[in-house]
Amino acid sequence: MTQALPQGKLYESQKLALWYFWVALALFGAQVLFGLLAAWQYLDPNFLYGKLSFMTNRMLHINAMIVWLLLGFMGGVYWFLPLELGREVVGIRLARFAFFTLIAAVGIVVLVYLLVQYGPGNAFTLWFITEGREYIEAPRWADFGIVAVMAIFLYNVVATAIKAQRITGVVAVLMFDLVALAGLYMAGMNYTPNISMDQYFWWWVVHLWVEATWEVLVGSIMAMALMHLLGTPRRIVETWLYLEVALVFGTGILGLGHHYFWIGTPEYWLGLGGFFSALEPIPLVAMVVHAVYDAGMHRMQTVNQPALFWAIAQAFGNFIGAGVWGFMQTLPQINLYSHGTQLAPAHGHLAFFGAYVTAILTVIYMALHQVRRPELPRFDSKLWKWAFVLMVVGIFGMSAAMTIAGFTQTMVERAIGGSTWQAYIDAQQHPWFQSGMVWRFVFGVFFLVSYLVLLWDLVTIGKGEARVVKEVGAHD
Amino acid sequence: MEIGWIETTIGALFATVVLTLWLSRGSGWLEPRFWRNAAVVSSLIMTGILVYLTIDSLNQIREGSARVPAYSVINKAIGLKRDYEKRRDIPVIGEEVGFFGKIWSEQEAYALVNKGKMTLQSRNCMDCHTLLGNGAYFAPDLTRAWLDPKWETMVKGMTGKATKEEAMAEWLQHPDRYPTFVRRMPNLGLTEEEAKALVAFLKWMSAIDTNGFPDRFAGVQ
Repeated sequence: MTQALPQGKLYESQKLALWYFWVALALFGAQVLFGLLAAWQYLDPNFLYGKLSFMTNRMLHINAMIVWLLLGFMGGVYWFLPLELGREVVGIRLARFAFFTLIAAVGIVVLVYLLVQYGPGNAFTLWFITEGREYIEAPRWADFGIVAVMAIFLYNVVATAIKAQRITGVVAVLMFDLVALAGLYMAGMNYTPNISMDQYFWWWVVHLWVEATWEVLVGSIMAMALMHLLGTPRRIVETWLYLEVALVFGTGILGLGHHYFWIGTPEYWLGLGGFFSALEPIPLVAMVVHAVYDAGMHRMQTVNQPALFWAIAQAFGNFIGAGVWGFMQTLPQINLYSHGTQLAPAHGHLAFFGAYVTAILTVIYMALHQVRRPELPRFDSKLWKWAFVLMVVGIFGMSAAMTIAGFTQTMVERAIGGSTWQAYIDAQQHPWFQSGMVWRFVFGVFFLVSYLVLLWDLVTIGKGEARVVKEVGAHD
Repeated sequence: MEIGWIETTIGALFATVVLTLWLSRGSGWLEPRFWRNAAVVSSLIMTGILVYLTIDSLNQIREGSARVPAYSVINKAIGLKRDYEKRRDIPVIGEEVGFFGKIWSEQEAYALVNKGKMTLQSRNCMDCHTLLGNGAYFAPDLTRAWLDPKWETMVKGMTGKATKEEAMAEWLQHPDRYPTFVRRMPNLGLTEEEAKALVAFLKWMSAIDTNGFPDRFAGVQ
């Protein structure tokens, strides 16, 4: 299927991928930490009030997420690309340079977020402190950096394919997607006082970028992972990938309309957005079918159980988080009341975890197998099941708690109260809302614990455990 | 120009299916070639429609259009009215009442609202509040904040100011001094100029036609 290096040897590109993975995991920790601080401030609003306010914690929480997922994706591509094309990635020095530039830039941005936090209302603040637009708060200078890093990344994929004189279906999809990935990010770099126009293009980044191009990027990575993990034939994997792209782009591009209901845009978006976003779960159902079928075909037998479990969690998590929780509030008749409530983060948490976190963990477990014990036909530990179960329970618990809080807001604040300041306060003080916030925090702590278990497992799995070797002997 | 969404939807799906089938003649629907064609065709058709609708939408949401008012609307009285035909609330723009005791020219109003938007972004308002329903959920939605009864019934009294805009500007400069809820807005060091500009931005935003969101704001009849 693919040419591999002698056992135990890694491509330079794969060594670089490991750096991406470890930094990504560290930022994952930062994301959880700032998320917990923000969640605690719902329970005790005076905690760090004015010093490290909710807005700063929340900004760090969501920005850490975006950066670590991006790093994870890039690591995933750098891991599989040489295997896919049978040769070293071309611009490996350039890739290293981009990696360190990105890390340095992220470090500076985080320090500014923590120490400076906000600035006067002028262009200087937007260029050097924060752009203050949820999810794309990165100051303008860092925006240019992100686009430059994505351009280097795209160049490396294209140049390697050209040098290898080989282009597989997966790599073709990847290239197509990376062009959109670098291009769409630029839609969010424009300043305008007109908030309707601002939000119009903001959604090109937040919906088309994150929900469409990331989804396809993850599809390509999972396609490569499945071929190695289960030995699924390329023909089948690539057909599924094409089908997924057809459905994701076919429904998702105009599904963008479900964000255009209430921002001042014309009424036709209500119909278009409602219809196409109702179709958006279809590709996700298709992926669940695929994953279950594939795993069943192989009777769950694989060299790498943790990776297989995370891959299956990816299919289900994507469907439940993005599909079900998204569909729940996507029709305009419902969204008129549920929009801007805790239902949005309930969906967001489940979807980001289900679609992206699980995929990156799949790839990391596969990479660690190659790095630590390539000679072992089975890669295993005692701990990974604990990390897996705890993490899934943690994220579902948080999302369930926010869902209940969100329905309370939908009813008390939006439907009954008329969405005023007082109606907002009434909903926030409703016992259903408040217990939702308590349980969100409890499951947040739970999630932090599961993160630590996961991290410990990733650090130790496969490292000189005699038990693993014995078990392998029994299987042989 | 009004585009029928049903015609657009049916047209898009029909064109995608027909073009895919035509390009893939000779291969079965389970072959990679079929789905590769489907992927390319659906992406191109949907992108084409998005570009077309974007041009139309941007025309309809330009400041000064029917949906998004000109910035000088800050000089006028703004209210909400139930449109029983369409079953949603629409903003109504009334007579000229001035803003901070003067009438602002179109350029002055633009400069003020622009400053307000810059202030909004520089203070990260969207990481606590929602605007047009987007943002964070730690603090109230600001879509119709200008029309919120609390400014008249509570904040005016607290700050001792004579007009709503003065009360809002004062409150925004010292939110920590006038607590209204267990969760208090931190003092973000707004200057008087920035606070006035922010109030102008909020007033202008409250006049945008948002297709009826949020429904029956403040129980509008």
